[in-house]
Amino acid sequence: MSFISVFDVLGPNMVGPSSSHTAGAAVIAGLARKLIAPPLKRVDFTLYGSFAKTYHGHGTDRALLGGILGFDTDDLRIRESFRIANERGLTFAFTSNETETDLHPNTVDICMENAAGQVMTVRGVSLGGGKVKIVRINGVEVDFTGEYSALIVIHRDTPGVVAHITQVLSEHNVNIAFMRLFREAKGYTAYSIIESDGNLPDDISGQLRGNPNIRDVMLVQS
Amino acid sequence: MDFRSGAELLALCAREDCRISQVMRRRECALGETTDDEIRGRMSRVLEIMRESTARPIKTVQRSMGGLIGGEAQRLAAHAAQNRAICGPVLQRAVTYAMAVLEVNASMGLIVAAPTAGSSGVVPALLLALQEEYHIPDQRLLDGLFNAGAVGYLAMRNATVAGSVGGCQAEVGVAAAMAASAAVELMGGQPGQCLDAASTVLMNMLGLVCDPVGGLVEYPCQSRNAAGVANALVAAELALSGVPQLIPFDEMLAAMYNVGRRLPSELRETALGGCAATPAACQRCGGCG
Repeated sequence: MSFISVFDVLGPNMVGPSSSHTAGAAVIAGLARKLIAPPLKRVDFTLYGSFAKTYHGHGTDRALLGGILGFDTDDLRIRESFRIANERGLTFAFTSNETETDLHPNTVDICMENAAGQVMTVRGVSLGGGKVKIVRINGVEVDFTGEYSALIVIHRDTPGVVAHITQVLSEHNVNIAFMRLFREAKGYTAYSIIESDGNLPDDISGQLRGNPNIRDVMLVQS
Repeated sequence: MDFRSGAELLALCAREDCRISQVMRRRECALGETTDDEIRGRMSRVLEIMRESTARPIKTVQRSMGGLIGGEAQRLAAHAAQNRAICGPVLQRAVTYAMAVLEVNASMGLIVAAPTAGSSGVVPALLLALQEEYHIPDQRLLDGLFNAGAVGYLAMRNATVAGSVGGCQAEVGVAAAMAASAAVELMGGQPGQCLDAASTVLMNMLGLVCDPVGGLVEYPCQSRNAAGVANALVAAELALSGVPQLIPFDEMLAAMYNVGRRLPSELRETALGGCAATPAACQRCGGCG
């Protein structure tokens, strides 16, 4: 969404009590879960700043876990997310980090492990009003909001990969709204993030994986 | 069809000979690439959640997460039921509803952020109280919400609605400005009068700090929502009576934003000043350890 909608003003529809500490937390976790193949086995949350200080009274913990379970901001099951996670066999833990203070006040690290043993760590920031930003994936600085559909490609930092990605997108008639490239270091792992209006075609993932330099592809539909 | 300021909004209303709510609907359809039916459906859901959140605590007390509030709406309703309310029917109901919504919010119930969760009581409280007193149909109430949305959009675009940035004047203040503008349109006022009322609210709530006890969205937030409703009603009454407002909405919004940014951080949602730092609050909270 590229403009301030009337439903950004009168919204989100949400379980209280705080748009930044409850709704935003659920949105961050909801984005994080889309970055790893289900089912999840374990999730560890590390809370910073105001999240670390006031998470219990704001239900931030229940909202984060609810987001991981796939609940929207207005899903009352958020209140019961601890119980539901236990029933689904999902192990979870919360840690407060009050020593690192040079972060955005509402920051959380979400470390997820799925049944296949894959591990993925995502850092999200809650900006207020239910708006959020994902700022780090597996230690690499990134930047996307989930307001647009996002294609996240993990690949080797080597020539030709971006050309392959844009070729595939072009074949599917996808109009790129934003495209950014992030990398660990020259020649190591890189992340290409492409944001687009509307839904992205699901079959582009398989086609992108055809390139041997591409390690993983994630689609986060808006 | 878009506008970047109150002045541009009023120019559009004049050019198209329509109300603020109509401009906001058309803007949403154009920029959101959607239809009027679609947005009416979504706004009906907003109204439904709002109505439920004003009603539930009057029937059943909602205990808050932090334990600072719960049961206030029921007390107000009982007081009114004994014919002892001194506010008059619209304000009495509106105050009760505003307290109710914050009770739902603080107990992890379902609310609509309007524009934030901490200020979610003001808009539904005033619109639903007016509906009951003046028998306004739901379709018109939806117009009121679109009107309120226009004012809130301008505040989000050109200033802030975050207590952590601009204090409570930016949260409950903006919510009350939205409610006042919507009330003026619902009661037959002109677009200019709507924004006059919004401006008056921001003027009268200028400087209000954000100082939640224990950092929780409970106290004084709940009571401030009730006070926001009263401010909205006063401003709407002034505007509908034709009392002129010297300062245009855009200038008052800028003034609010400037004051907000100058507030020390202790008075912007950090729970380090104001009400939150009083001995009574500290004794109750015990959060600093």
